[in-house]
Amino acid sequence: MSFYEQPQRILLPAKVGYMAFTLVLALLFNLLPWRDVTGLPDMVALVLTFWCVHQPRKMGIGIAWFVGLVMDAGNGALLGQHAFAYAFLAFAAVSLHRRILWFSPWRQAAHVLVLLLASQMLMLAVRLVAGGVFPGLAYFAGAFIAAALWPTVSFLLLLPQRRPESVDENRPI
Amino acid sequence: MDYQPPPFFSRGPAPLVRLGFFVCLAVLLMVLDARFRYAEHLRQVIALLAYPLQRVSLAPGDLFGAAAGFFTTQVSLKQENEQLKAKQLQAANELLTVRALRSENAQLRRLLEARERLPRESTLAEILYQGRDPFSRKVIIDKGRQQGIQPGQAVIDDLGVIGQVTRVYPLLSEVTLITDKEQRTPVQVVRNGLRAIIYGGDRGALELSYMATNADVLADDVLVTSGIDGTYPPGLPVAKVSRIEQDAAYSFAKITCVPTAGTEQNRQVLVLSREMNLPAPPVEAESVAGKPPKPKRSRTRE
Repeated sequence: MSFYEQPQRILLPAKVGYMAFTLVLALLFNLLPWRDVTGLPDMVALVLTFWCVHQPRKMGIGIAWFVGLVMDAGNGALLGQHAFAYAFLAFAAVSLHRRILWFSPWRQAAHVLVLLLASQMLMLAVRLVAGGVFPGLAYFAGAFIAAALWPTVSFLLLLPQRRPESVDENRPI
Repeated sequence: MDYQPPPFFSRGPAPLVRLGFFVCLAVLLMVLDARFRYAEHLRQVIALLAYPLQRVSLAPGDLFGAAAGFFTTQVSLKQENEQLKAKQLQAANELLTVRALRSENAQLRRLLEARERLPRESTLAEILYQGRDPFSRKVIIDKGRQQGIQPGQAVIDDLGVIGQVTRVYPLLSEVTLITDKEQRTPVQVVRNGLRAIIYGGDRGALELSYMATNADVLADDVLVTSGIDGTYPPGLPVAKVSRIEQDAAYSFAKITCVPTAGTEQNRQVLVLSREMNLPAPPVEAESVAGKPPKPKRSRTRE
């Protein structure tokens, strides 16, 4: 289904406070005490990608970089590793945002999957250079799960911007 | 002169420029952190920002734990109580022997005019969570600088050594487990007193590196801390040798060990304070080597 076939809604402008709130929620999810669960989706990366695609003027590389630093400090990871990967992710998402929005949610998810995988590859490369161990292929499962969550997450994150459907005969659109 | 009209919409520097700037900044931070460890202050500040988030994210788990504890059946409590009583009886017996041995040991040491070992202070801490970093094995405990934790302290559980405090934040600290690839622990084979250094290996195992192929190490040998570095008290169980591969093509044997302590299971751990009455390192060695020897953790580039 292409862009012209599906009905498009006019959305309300996104609130900066709401964007910050969703990022904090995603950070909370990532900092939950997961024991040895492999293949966890990186919700922060997903939410960052979402806002970079939908609001590229309000969300950008700088914010992604800072959120990455918080992730690093919270996890005791190499300082700058997430910042590096998220900056690239944000750059790719911002430069692709016009293209991605033309597709249906599941095709958007395919784009997001590539972006997330690329950012994980970057992080893996950085850690292997810095002398880490290869965590196994299950490490990449998180990107697939996160991409599968994209349609749901984008529906939920767009909810506050939707307005109720009211039939008004006099309104032009 | 090439004249450009002012842009209609000012959007700051181009995305590629921004990306270059932030990537340079991130790479700089990573190099500072990994090679020189200069970024500790920045990490402390950001960690303080992340602390409330961490606390909030721990709340659901705690709530679940409390609820589960409330619904523990009386039967299981009774069973556990009986088990603990039996265990305590056993322990009391051993404690009596230990007391006798300790007094005997003290007397012998005095006879030998050896330096008496001071009992170490210990702090009980709880593991809050495992770092979400699949590349290293670290846990975060709930005691920090406020509670007197210092970097370098040994962390043990009821079975043996689990790791060492590597970073201290105001209210939390980070413990690198002995199974981390970058962590080295000085050990000794109980059977013959052979000293060695144990490294973290793959999948929660340990590796006894740089042992000659003809070294006297057998399967099921117990390895304990040697206590040479002053970080770990001597005689704490560390690992058990599980497999030895001797290949004449290599000068070193590949010795795989299994940690004794529950490095991945336990919640309560004990942080031991460092022994302070160490003699000063010899001066000659320092001037020859150019820098003080670092026995406990040396960073090597593989």
